[in-house]
Amino acid sequence: MAKALVDLIKQKFPADVLEAHSQRGDETVVVYAPRWKDVARFLRDEPRADMSMLVDLTAVDFPDRTPRFEVVAHFYSLSKGHRLRLKARVGDSDGGNAEIDTLSDIWASANWAERECFDMFGVRFAGHPDLRRILLYPEFEGHPLRKDYPADRIQPLVPYREVPDIDKIPPFRTDEGMSFGRQTHAQRASDDDDLN
Amino acid sequence: MEPIDQELDPAEIELPTEPMLLNVGPAHPAMHGTVRIVMELSGESIERCDVQVGYLHRGFEKMCERGTWTQVFPYVDRCNYVSPMLNNVGFALACEKLLGIEVPERCQWYRMALGELARMSDHLTCTGAMAMELGAFTPFLWMIKGREMIWDLMEEETGARLTHSFGRVGGMAHPPTDGFKAHAEAVSAHILEILAEVEQLLLGNRIFLDRLENVGVISVEDAISLGWTGPCLRACGIAYDVRKSHPYMKYGEVEFDVPVGQTGDSFDRFIVRVEELKQSVRIIRQCLARLSDSGPVNVNDPRVILPPKEEVYSSIEGTIQHFKIVMEGLKLPAGEVYAFTEGGNGELGFYIVSDGSGTPYRVRIRPPCFYVTGGLERVITGAMMADVVPAFGSLNMIGGECDR
Repeated sequence: MAKALVDLIKQKFPADVLEAHSQRGDETVVVYAPRWKDVARFLRDEPRADMSMLVDLTAVDFPDRTPRFEVVAHFYSLSKGHRLRLKARVGDSDGGNAEIDTLSDIWASANWAERECFDMFGVRFAGHPDLRRILLYPEFEGHPLRKDYPADRIQPLVPYREVPDIDKIPPFRTDEGMSFGRQTHAQRASDDDDLN
Repeated sequence: MEPIDQELDPAEIELPTEPMLLNVGPAHPAMHGTVRIVMELSGESIERCDVQVGYLHRGFEKMCERGTWTQVFPYVDRCNYVSPMLNNVGFALACEKLLGIEVPERCQWYRMALGELARMSDHLTCTGAMAMELGAFTPFLWMIKGREMIWDLMEEETGARLTHSFGRVGGMAHPPTDGFKAHAEAVSAHILEILAEVEQLLLGNRIFLDRLENVGVISVEDAISLGWTGPCLRACGIAYDVRKSHPYMKYGEVEFDVPVGQTGDSFDRFIVRVEELKQSVRIIRQCLARLSDSGPVNVNDPRVILPPKEEVYSSIEGTIQHFKIVMEGLKLPAGEVYAFTEGGNGELGFYIVSDGSGTPYRVRIRPPCFYVTGGLERVITGAMMADVVPAFGSLNMIGGECDR
């Protein structure tokens, strides 16, 4: 079933299929990265493929190879019940130039999946409507699932975010409440004098 | 008494027209842990919203790349922490797929029975919490009582209530205990009683139904495009259940039905889960009937399974085998597989890449919750503020799995 699918892609995009293999029943097709979106769109629109669902989209980092990243998408067809793994390779050896077309206008699930992939690997998705970090915070430095990101790296402290039009009011006025810890002996002594 | 605004000309009344920005979460009791929703409200309806996840991100996928394959099990436990057994089994199946081994029958029935118990604990938590958020506290307590029974049973089997780390590549950590069958049967029967009581209390309750029916509706096309799976997709009327569509372990040999909804609203998601609880009991009973009392649980493959302790301490071969598996880890062949099972919230996939050394090269967990939560924005845009809580509750977002 899925074998026929691979042949279908090879027929339609003879020059763009770089590699195809099958391991333990998982059919995999590696395509030329600039045609990534065309192949994906074909997979959804072609009735014999009918990939109604983009199950997952992620990346794998191979720092010794060029292109460095493998963007991996898993497709599933609800009507046909078959699956396919589609890959494309992007990025220089230093991790730059990792850019590939977005699939978020074909499958809505690609929106968050691509944001996560960008967050974790720094792969940019051209045409993505909202390419922000998703699991990490905006000030995070680096992309943690890259192999050259050390697992024990400590991130810098983030300063207070400046939010416009919000008055930051301290919870107590200076003369309110109890003061803890920061009083010096001399201050306490003078307070006692005031009481007396 | 005369109305107070009798003298007022309606044209003179000035209502604020600019939308109000409301921030819910991440530490809000109805946000199930850790989601932040920034909403732009016009009156009480939501014009735009932004769902922000990631507050529970702990970097599991990075941590998995540091140890051995066996050391991944504690991490997957902590992904979906209401049904950790399903994650354990899912990951074990992924590794076994790459190794090309199949565990003995007894283990498969055992895994299925434990997995269905975990699914029941997941659905009990979700439906109970949903009822509680709508003010029905009693069903929540009853259902949590049922969940507590399941966890007691799990504790008896695995030694831990919540984070079992009980799965192993090629088997389970221990064979079933002697009292497992009787205990599981008693728990299942009791949960059916609880369900009957809960249904009596909730399904005739006008307030409960009104809060759920036709609220949080999603169309079939949207649900598929968003990658929804599990009860949330089935509530839209798509009978996609991995256990039925692509049977793994022995699911092809047991009888059960896949409940589907019609409208894809919060009530359908609720009732699909309640019905699945009953189906789980059906599966558990069939598993218990076919689970043999003796026989091997672990696969007979010295590459993956630790030798018995007597051999480790009395023979040099046993010692070396034990040492190599513990210190170097299992040697999964180089390659990649995607293995998927039906988790508590839908298709739980593991995409694993191995380079042939004992350390995982990449472990990608395909979290069903992540994609379901990705659709929350679409579900609640245009809805009323008060409908966010039941709609979000019915999606059953599990923070640990969504954020990993």
